[in-house]
Amino acid sequence: MDTQQQQQQSAIQGAKVLMVGAGGIGCELLKTLALSGFHDIHIIDMDTIEVSNLNRQFLFRRSHVGQSKAKVARDAVLRFRPHINIRSYHANVKNPDLMLFSTDLTTWTQGHVNRLCLAADVPLVESGTTGFLGQVTVHVKGKTECYECQTKPTPKTYPVCTITSTPTKFVHCIVWAKELLFAKLFGDKNQDNDLNVRANKAASSSKETEDVFERAEDEDIEQYGRKIYDHVFGYNIEAALSNEETWKNRRRPRPIYSKDVLPESLSQKNGSTQNCSATSVDDSATVSAMPLLGLKNPQELWGLTQNSLVFIEALKLFFAKRKKEIGHLTFDKDDQLAVEFVTAAANIRAESFGIPLHSLFEAKGIAGNIVHAVATTNAIVAGLIVIEAIKVLKKDADKYRMTYCLEHPSRKMLLMPVEPFEPNPSCYVCSKTPLVLEINTQKSKLRDLVDKIVKAKLGMNLPLIMHGASLLYEVGDDLDDIMVANYNSNLEKSLSELPSPVINGSILTVEDLQQELSCKINVKHREEFDEEKEPEGMVLSGWTQSPATNGESASTSNNESAVEVTESSSGPEIASKKRNSPRHSPRITREKQRTSRVKMMMISWRLKIP
Amino acid sequence: MDGEELTEQETALYDRQIRVWGANAQRRLTKSHIFVSGIQGTVAEFCKNIVLAGVGSVTLMDDSLVNEESLNANFLIPPDENAYRGKTVAEICCDSLKDFNPMVLVSVEKVFEKFDVVVIGYGSLATKKAVNEKCRKLSKRVAFYTVDCRDSCGEIFVDLHDYKYTKKKLEEKVECELNFPSFQEAVSVPWKPIPRRTAKLYFAMRVIEVFEENEGRKHGECSLLDLPTVLEIKKKLCEANSVSESHVPDSLLERLITGTIEFPPACAIIGGILAQEVIKGVSGKGEPLKNFFYYDAQDGKGVMEDISNSFTS
Repeated sequence: MDTQQQQQQSAIQGAKVLMVGAGGIGCELLKTLALSGFHDIHIIDMDTIEVSNLNRQFLFRRSHVGQSKAKVARDAVLRFRPHINIRSYHANVKNPDLMLFSTDLTTWTQGHVNRLCLAADVPLVESGTTGFLGQVTVHVKGKTECYECQTKPTPKTYPVCTITSTPTKFVHCIVWAKELLFAKLFGDKNQDNDLNVRANKAASSSKETEDVFERAEDEDIEQYGRKIYDHVFGYNIEAALSNEETWKNRRRPRPIYSKDVLPESLSQKNGSTQNCSATSVDDSATVSAMPLLGLKNPQELWGLTQNSLVFIEALKLFFAKRKKEIGHLTFDKDDQLAVEFVTAAANIRAESFGIPLHSLFEAKGIAGNIVHAVATTNAIVAGLIVIEAIKVLKKDADKYRMTYCLEHPSRKMLLMPVEPFEPNPSCYVCSKTPLVLEINTQKSKLRDLVDKIVKAKLGMNLPLIMHGASLLYEVGDDLDDIMVANYNSNLEKSLSELPSPVINGSILTVEDLQQELSCKINVKHREEFDEEKEPEGMVLSGWTQSPATNGESASTSNNESAVEVTESSSGPEIASKKRNSPRHSPRITREKQRTSRVKMMMISWRLKIP
Repeated sequence: MDGEELTEQETALYDRQIRVWGANAQRRLTKSHIFVSGIQGTVAEFCKNIVLAGVGSVTLMDDSLVNEESLNANFLIPPDENAYRGKTVAEICCDSLKDFNPMVLVSVEKVFEKFDVVVIGYGSLATKKAVNEKCRKLSKRVAFYTVDCRDSCGEIFVDLHDYKYTKKKLEEKVECELNFPSFQEAVSVPWKPIPRRTAKLYFAMRVIEVFEENEGRKHGECSLLDLPTVLEIKKKLCEANSVSESHVPDSLLERLITGTIEFPPACAIIGGILAQEVIKGVSGKGEPLKNFFYYDAQDGKGVMEDISNSFTS
């Protein structure tokens, strides 16, 4: 017993650990690791501290808001364990022996991390929580499934027409308000926008409708706001109604015009925009329409009139106080004025379509894709991670477990360990199984393949594409100008026109040197694709198959939690624009990997569903 | 609904958890008063969790003086001998906890006459029984919990008396009621009718409890040398309950008496579960744990066991 414990302690003390992320799970993990005797911990997080973190990220205080999470977490833990080595990085992953991840990594980054682990033969303990639900999983190359062996749920998307013309749920209204209306008014003017697409006779009057959103130099802001209001909630609905076919089996929406809801002029009654601008400081983060309208409680449900007032007031404030940002804004859940505007717009649209209205608090949660989080689940999961990490360090392969935290007991269990899944033999990442790509080889360009498949689906960072011995495409710093020009010209060619024509039956080799991942793609030519169901114009198969060879007890026993987790995490995203955000990508350079190999990795992100 | 609205500051701070349990539950939490004793690793974790959650007040009791050992799994104590010398564990932990959430009143004084929740950490058999009885005699319902960790195992006991709560069934909210046995009742249930698949820790913990009481030991004051005495007690208890001695594995008892150094990951897990239960109990939302919870890092299971007289009737 004693010698066993000594072995355990020396395994722990000899381990050099890297944690990516110092958020909800990260704070707990850093604390538990330090208490458990880990001596050499490296922690990395690109985020800074926010007030809404403080209810669970206990290493942070109000005075730390705005500071680097990694650094503050380090300092806090050193206070109760001063003699251990903790290094913090407010940037990128370096060269550890052991890695612990706890961050809101995107699926894309998670895949990247998985591949780095596989490439370096590094075990990976990975986890996630949402509300009272949590999960911890061990990934060891060749012994258990890798992170990409099973299908991951993608952010929920909605058909464009549901958003633009036939919303049935509040989330549809939110997506419309955030991705279309907000983007149209305050975002990049050059970006495609479907706001008017489905309106009847859109083609003939497109010029006219475009102009509605342009504000003339001297146009009164309130008048402009009312014009937008009447256009999107009145005119557009009328236009849509004229398309009888749409409403045969649907409830007809009601057009809403500002004159029916709001008094003639707001300026005298509420419009304090001009008056107060003299007194308050122009801090875009604190500009808010609610206090000007006497609204205090974000949990309160506003009626149509209140929503309309907020809509006009928020719009006025954008033009009065944040004019410089207009044209560059994207929705941000921490931007109070943006949340107010989107809430109001979504509610007015919901009213129009007979959908129940929601409070600002609720709307913010939906629009911002906010994950429910409590301290307790994070603490429990951090404990479970360390327990698995110790097993991994001791190479106790038989004892590895995947553990679920449940909200309600299942077969008496609140913490349910199951045996880890075996590697999926058809996984393209860890089993190198060829993928099949159906594509129109005459029409689709190499660029489409690179963007839609190699980057978006396979998650490759620095791809290299080969057909036989012929190099079609490559990314890297060390390429000369001729090669770059050559590759760029290839990008614009259809597959069959390439120097080495890619046609039905061709086999492509796609590699990412950084991830040390190489996979084969069997190309099948296909003429037609369904625009609605296959909008990409190509279909990749074989990259997200679930393993069928796992123990039954394991797969049945976790049914319950799998369903619950999936429900609570289906984020309302019309498109996954933010997913590839490079600020979340940990990079380990090849040289660094060689000089100091990672011994183990532990990841814990918020959403992780089998 | 429950009196005052949450302040703007509270709404901002508790945003993510209000999304989990709702504003009403949060309001009830902010008005609850919690008493905690025995602040070792698991209880330190528990305190951190409920202070973060934003209860009204936490009152700490632990008169033991801080020493090297108390630092082991307790991150609330900074290891600065000059700072902690002569101070009690409760005093030092109080200072750290206050810092976690300025909206929670943390103290070592009994400023509140009446508590909503009482948590006895690492208590003796006599203490657990006595405090539980006291709580039960009060006119106001007090939620009573005990927590005990040994080696990488832990036990939580819950007595919510007659407890009403709401739970979601499909889309509807259903009112439910549960009757809890007292600690005394729960530990005197005859062993024979208890289902065989019940966690062995339930029996093992009873053996250790009796051992420590008989020998006049403090919690965790035991070593491998005590094994023969412990096994003797186990034999007697098994005989008295007409069950075979294999009912309580010797290896488990050995683990419990030798593993006197707390295992921080287990503390985090058990302290997390306990806090979750207290939050449920205070907010009246969701099905509570009835009435024992066991965690063992060795098999990784966290199990709920309902041990009440229902087996005998």
